[in-house]
Amino acid sequence: MPRFLSAHPDARLLPLPWGTPLAEWPAEHLVALPRGISRHVVRFIRVGDEVYAAKEVVEHLAMHEYRLLHDLMRLGTPAVEPVGVVTRRYTPTGDLLDPILITKHLQFSLPYRTLFSKGVRSDTVTRLLDAMVVLLARLHLIGFLWGDVSLSNTLFRRDASDFAAHLVDAETGEFHERLSDGQREHDLEMARINLFGEFLDLEAGGMLDSALDPALLVETIVTRYRELWHELTGVEEFDGSEMHRIEGRVRRLNALGFDVAELDITTDIDGSTIRIQPKVVDAGHHARRLMRLTGLDTEENQARRLLNDLDSYRARTGQQNLDEAVVAHQWLTECFEPVIHMVPEEFASKLEPAQIYHEMLDYRWYRSEAAGHEVPLLEATQGYVRDVLSHLPDEELSVAPTGGDQTREVIAAVTADDMDDEPVPDDPWETGEELAAAPSGYLDMSAIRAKAARRLAE
Amino acid sequence: MATVSFREATRTYPGADHPAVDKLSLDIADGEFMVLVGPSGSGKSTTLRMLAGLEEVTSGSVWIADQDVTTLPPKDRDIAMVFQNYALYPHMTVADNMGFALKMQNVPNEERNARVLEAAKLLGLEDFLNRKPKALSGGQRQRVAMGRAIVRKPQVFLMDEPLSNLDAKLRVTTRTQIASLQTRLGITTVYVTHDQIEAMTLGDRVAVLDEGVLQQVDSPIALYDTPRNLFVAGFIGSPSMNLFQGPVVEGGVRLGDWIAPIPRQVLDRADPTAGVTLGIRPESLTLSADERGIELSVEVVEELGADAYLYGAPAATILSTRQESDQLVARISTRHTPKRHERVRLMVDPGDVHVFDNSTGLRIS
Repeated sequence: MPRFLSAHPDARLLPLPWGTPLAEWPAEHLVALPRGISRHVVRFIRVGDEVYAAKEVVEHLAMHEYRLLHDLMRLGTPAVEPVGVVTRRYTPTGDLLDPILITKHLQFSLPYRTLFSKGVRSDTVTRLLDAMVVLLARLHLIGFLWGDVSLSNTLFRRDASDFAAHLVDAETGEFHERLSDGQREHDLEMARINLFGEFLDLEAGGMLDSALDPALLVETIVTRYRELWHELTGVEEFDGSEMHRIEGRVRRLNALGFDVAELDITTDIDGSTIRIQPKVVDAGHHARRLMRLTGLDTEENQARRLLNDLDSYRARTGQQNLDEAVVAHQWLTECFEPVIHMVPEEFASKLEPAQIYHEMLDYRWYRSEAAGHEVPLLEATQGYVRDVLSHLPDEELSVAPTGGDQTREVIAAVTADDMDDEPVPDDPWETGEELAAAPSGYLDMSAIRAKAARRLAE
Repeated sequence: MATVSFREATRTYPGADHPAVDKLSLDIADGEFMVLVGPSGSGKSTTLRMLAGLEEVTSGSVWIADQDVTTLPPKDRDIAMVFQNYALYPHMTVADNMGFALKMQNVPNEERNARVLEAAKLLGLEDFLNRKPKALSGGQRQRVAMGRAIVRKPQVFLMDEPLSNLDAKLRVTTRTQIASLQTRLGITTVYVTHDQIEAMTLGDRVAVLDEGVLQQVDSPIALYDTPRNLFVAGFIGSPSMNLFQGPVVEGGVRLGDWIAPIPRQVLDRADPTAGVTLGIRPESLTLSADERGIELSVEVVEELGADAYLYGAPAATILSTRQESDQLVARISTRHTPKRHERVRLMVDPGDVHVFDNSTGLRIS
């Protein structure tokens, strides 16, 4: 019997064919979603209405990654949610298979291989890279060394007009008390090399917009990261007459979506020079505020947009002096929920509710501009559903953001990329005596002595 | 290519009582394959990371060739972490998969192709250069990953437990490939592993670490034949060295009803109150023709070709508490293999007995 290690067990997983190598699982259990480049066998499995990602990997790595993902989740970092590890998988003939790590499939996520394709707008690319940079900086702030930073190990979700990046592979990750500059530089160097390779690969597969230059893209990441890191952690010095710069720094960090939990302020002896350095910054400033006020769990920029709408609702209804939480509840029941309820069931899997609301607000703004007066909320929603939403592809089980036949081609190309099912060709390097003699728990000193003697003779 | 040297390099983590690596001094020769081995927490990975620039050096220094790299950023150290990025790109040829990082460094086309071809020849991949990774075996893909590091022509290769993430079959293949590559390439390599068999099989020299302290650095044969202290004696070898404890008596050390003949001048080097520990490798034990020797009740017999391993408890309590197992192991010829539950006597040539001072743990024979 296989053994399940899980904090939140899903009983529906138990009857799956664990005694079969993952690469040979029957199609009835699988969902054909695009996968990133992986050294391991990775499959998406469907259980009821839930979709899980399954990765077959050696035991110590499976356990390591499971625990890291748990820690990342506990710290509120955008990463996939671990479900469990299945060990003691025996085939009917009694062979032991590698364990399987199960994570939740990230709903409404968009794999990178479909995002940089022909016709992509250059500001979309900038936003994707920025999302990656924010993820890396957030991980570094909590002392997480990613190791294998790459697009394959990242999923993107829409976040209002931007994207939010989520970590999907923590296999090489490590938690440290604090990262050294060398460790951060190392992650950055890995990002440069891996992303460069991934962009070249997209280019070779005809899936990269010809206007994009891989070398420029990776340099952008490095520059943006350094800028963000400096803003998040850098020391700022000014003289005593510029005290407003303290508030300015906090505002800038808030605008980037970070809260300042601790600010280190020092002055020199006569108090003329002030030195500030953020000590603890937490990402998710707006998302946390929205969650506290309304219970809505959204990405950061979606939260920012919804909070703006909440603020203008408050002003519009003349309730500036009322408790914010009370107004937020009104906004939820009078604005947000009615809009979401107007979306027909069959379109619900196209976008997340917060993203729908954000896009409806955009639609309403354009319509109001054109009409010369403010279009009412529910009328705008009807128009948005009719003119926009109904034409979008389903993104709940991520396909691609662009839609149309091109998407299907990309998916076909991506699915054909998997390298883990191929037969193994012969190679003289992989045969020979050393190979035959090697696997045993015994130290073969006579072989080591013979090797030393051979060396000496040469 | 270059030498590497650690000069009293120390790494202490903030808030830690003991340094993770304590005043490590180690010189690695140009072209040498140096393996750092030790149990978890021994400081071997921290040592490698100090060299890579991933861990700050608290005190002391790290040198590559004649340059002090202690505070140099990782990318300026001219080192390559092999197997760091295994991912092979499906739409790119093997050649592009190996050479793409050079493109990022703006190495001209012609030179890039030449370097890729050179690496491919070393790795036996020249016939596969135009293939896509799909058409490669697992081992070949590993070699492409090695090729990525080789084309960069770094001064030093670093490998941090490169086999631990692979399945059993690929582990064996890759170990063989690393060994072949080492002999062909002769580039200075620092390799970290917790597996002493891997260390002994691959290294020109092996540095054994424990609790942040370098215990011994030597060729595999010297480590095996003359372990400097009890830690190395117990750590190197599989099955491990048998460690015995007994009172020093006239004529040697008493082990049960047998006196192991250890020369007086050796025993005189030991602290007289703490006594000595005797170490005997399993293959140094032979079946005794008479009633002399260590008495053993055989519990398990494991036959391996021309040899058999006997496992069992000695008749008297003579095994050292420093030994993890409570069984004695002997490797004998299968011509006269005893049966399970049989009582036998085991002899040893006095020259094959390793003697350690209990107070210092150091070898005195």
